[in-house]
Amino acid sequence: MSAKIVTITSGKGGVGKTTATANIGVALASTGERVVCIDADIGLRNLDVIMGLENRIVYDFVDVVEGRCKLRQAMIRDKRLDTLFLIPAAQTRDKTAVSPKDMVRLTNELRQEYDWVLIDSPAGIERGFRNAIAPADLVLIITNPEVSAVRDADRIIGLIEAEEKGPGKLILNRVKPEMVRRGDMLGTEDVLDVLAIELIGIVPEDESVIVATNQGVPVAMDANSKAGRAFHDIAHRLKGEDVPFADLGGGDGFFGRISRMMRAGGES
Amino acid sequence: MNFFQKVGIGRSRSAKSAKERLQLVLIHDRAGISPGKLETLKDELINVISRHIEIETEAVEITLTKERDQHRLVADIPLAPIRKRRHTIS
Repeated sequence: MSAKIVTITSGKGGVGKTTATANIGVALASTGERVVCIDADIGLRNLDVIMGLENRIVYDFVDVVEGRCKLRQAMIRDKRLDTLFLIPAAQTRDKTAVSPKDMVRLTNELRQEYDWVLIDSPAGIERGFRNAIAPADLVLIITNPEVSAVRDADRIIGLIEAEEKGPGKLILNRVKPEMVRRGDMLGTEDVLDVLAIELIGIVPEDESVIVATNQGVPVAMDANSKAGRAFHDIAHRLKGEDVPFADLGGGDGFFGRISRMMRAGGES
Repeated sequence: MNFFQKVGIGRSRSAKSAKERLQLVLIHDRAGISPGKLETLKDELINVISRHIEIETEAVEITLTKERDQHRLVADIPLAPIRKRRHTIS
């Protein structure tokens, strides 16, 4: 048994890295996989609150790196899914407390006993990002259908290739199908055209994510929510299953085709 | 919302300009050449070429393009009309 190490990163902040990490973790664990989520955003930890485990932190990742505790002691087991674990980031330190070598050494310790190690990368392209991708077998780049987020994703894709961690795979997050249909939001095909990268998930904008975050219960705990379903699809694709992509306005749905035909007619 | 808006006629379609702007900015980002740098390069090129042959300096265009993985610097440098050139040579 050897875990696959997957880093979730984005370049731009606020596009959904932490939410995606928590929910892919939940989705994988709910199929019985043994999953460890690591918050690599040292100094700005948040994966703990998204997962609802913030009250159970005793030790953090920097404690492990600096030898104050064993790796096992810093791992918090999720009571709802007993194969899901969190290693929280230190809150009172900064990124320089950890090196890429530390990341590789500690994640290697986890490889034997778990199926997946998910690393939540900090925003930016500095030390924290380099720490987060150092041990990765696969990098997932998450972006929103907005000019600034896609531009930053392109930059990150280039850096990942330069570090020989590519090719990564793309998660398009917070898509509003209605706006895509209207032509007022970049659709999946537009983003893929521009970035030339393989897609692994499309997550629709969903108010349940906010409700879930308020309560500390990742939205994927409810596989019936729109966003939750999308994260479960991503988990299945990570496991190598072939899951068709839902049409979120950019595809070839019947109404999409009709409206495009009407549009073409109106233009000529 | 009327019928025409519903079927997408006369709408703003800002996604289209988003995509066009992105494609343009990414060409510069990926090549590591800012539009300003390109402008400097253009001025210098005009200077060098003008020493050898008379060109239409106002119409010179230097653009970055991308086909598949190949970035290309394309220079379109029209020569001055022949009549004008003869005139200056004589």
